[in-house]
Amino acid sequence: MKLQGKTWKFGDDVDTDAIIPARYLNTSEPAELAAHCMEDADPAFAGRVRPGEMIVAGRNFGCGSSREHAPIAIKAAGVSCVIAATFARIFYRNAFNIGLPIFESPAAAEKIQAGDEVAVDAAAGTIYNLTRGEEYRATPVPPFMQEIIAAGGLIDYVARRLTREKNGM
Amino acid sequence: MPMTITEKILAAHAGRDEVSPGELINVKVDLALGNDITAPVAIKEFGRTGVAEVFDRERVALVPDHFVPNKDIKSAEQAKLLRDFARRQGLTNYFEVGRMGIEHCLLPEQGLVGPGDLVIGADSHTCTYGALGAFSTGVGSTDLAAAMALGETWLKVPETLKFVYHGALPAWVGGKDLILYTIGQTGVDGALYMAMEFTGPAVASLSMDGRLTMANMAVEAGAKNGIVPPDEITRRYVEGRAKRPYQFYASDPGARYARVYEFDVSKLEPQVAFPHLPSNVRPVSEAGRVEIQQAVIGSCTNGRMEDLRLAAKVLQGKKVHPDVRLIVIPGTQEIYRTALKEGLVEIFLDAGAAVSTPTCGPCLGGYMGILAAGERCIATTNRNFVGRMGHPQSEVYLSNPAVAAASAILGRIAGPQEVC
Repeated sequence: MKLQGKTWKFGDDVDTDAIIPARYLNTSEPAELAAHCMEDADPAFAGRVRPGEMIVAGRNFGCGSSREHAPIAIKAAGVSCVIAATFARIFYRNAFNIGLPIFESPAAAEKIQAGDEVAVDAAAGTIYNLTRGEEYRATPVPPFMQEIIAAGGLIDYVARRLTREKNGM
Repeated sequence: MPMTITEKILAAHAGRDEVSPGELINVKVDLALGNDITAPVAIKEFGRTGVAEVFDRERVALVPDHFVPNKDIKSAEQAKLLRDFARRQGLTNYFEVGRMGIEHCLLPEQGLVGPGDLVIGADSHTCTYGALGAFSTGVGSTDLAAAMALGETWLKVPETLKFVYHGALPAWVGGKDLILYTIGQTGVDGALYMAMEFTGPAVASLSMDGRLTMANMAVEAGAKNGIVPPDEITRRYVEGRAKRPYQFYASDPGARYARVYEFDVSKLEPQVAFPHLPSNVRPVSEAGRVEIQQAVIGSCTNGRMEDLRLAAKVLQGKKVHPDVRLIVIPGTQEIYRTALKEGLVEIFLDAGAAVSTPTCGPCLGGYMGILAAGERCIATTNRNFVGRMGHPQSEVYLSNPAVAAASAILGRIAGPQEVC
């Protein structure tokens, strides 16, 4: 998987209330959630973000609530991936489960500036800053989670496993 | 190999003799939980697994509590989704308005979670049940869907941080102050991916309500779970209440900890977390003059009997400040009824407070007490992020129930000593 796009920069501890405020959680429709994505962190974001662009943030991205609506909103807004120094653990699981690519890289989180053009080689775990001519490593994804990604998300992984069990394989 | 209590519970549910931090394991789930925000997504995803029925209709709990009684049409549709699914699946643990409570107050009270259990819930504050000596953690909707289908989930065995609280707790200082102080020390990601084990004489002296408050906010330090070693207080709480067999686990001498924190809390003051992070804590005496327009006493953090009794003790014979709205939200119907019987509701009404049916409501900015731009609220809830209780330019300060009650009386953030 190769991704490329302009970046939006956010700070540390971006919480799920900032990503999608609870006042919009009376729906789980991706398009409706996307319209309010990052609203309390940057009210202009949802209106201006273009498909393929990336979010770059500091430590503990996605802390707070377990709401899967947060990665759903980001994905539905067209964001191709999130790069952060670290992720809060529930957000980390949720992103894999719904198929939002995320990359943990303290160096990338520090060096990339808002508006930089960045490319990501997901398989190699390499992040290229095309604007600054720099290259950063992402923390390797555990093999089990790579299986989930390869299956197309957790539910497809589960469905595949159940089919295998049913067929006695 | 010596293990921590968290490692032992995980090993038992993985069918293993031992596990080590960092291992990815598949574990059996004793209970899987969802609410009216997270379960609708889980139900949709469950439909895609190809499984017709949940793994065990007694081990999936659905609790509509965030936006119920339904706050608007869309919320009503979500709550209906839960209700229809619960009926179709024959779930024994679906809790309707009028017979429900805030999930993390309700499940322990109903004996649906117990010591030694492994519980996952599509709500970040599922870590609350660690107070009973259970392993309990929050997940997202898709993880809940998979667990509803399989009765299993995958977890990475966490490293454990051990917290030892020495000394006797001063007056008006309880579980909320211990956990706020702790988060102030660790920061909001100081326990990221880790287990927090709460030990020491000060924790042992806490009631179960106080322990539930502590474990509830482990996630605010980034933790996977918070856990309190079960003891006689635990046994008294679960006896006659537990709906399933339970088992006490204890950390071995020599168990490995990533770090051990030792705190002397004998001189700890009530703590207040200032906007906009739960780690931004100060002793109440150093709050300065912060005028408030609203006070909220309730939530999965502090909506239990001990919390209401503390608030009533402060409010008895006093009036809420003319410029303040005080909203009291008992955590469950049972707590509401007990508060009525004990005369607490009358004390709240006499003081000029609004008393609500159980709901998460204002804690997450849902309804039942939303803030306007520029307004400040002191709340016994768990998060004070930007916009958490309403307008992005409003502010939330976190405290224990006695501080929230005293602040409601004085119209500014204040300790209970100022009014009692």
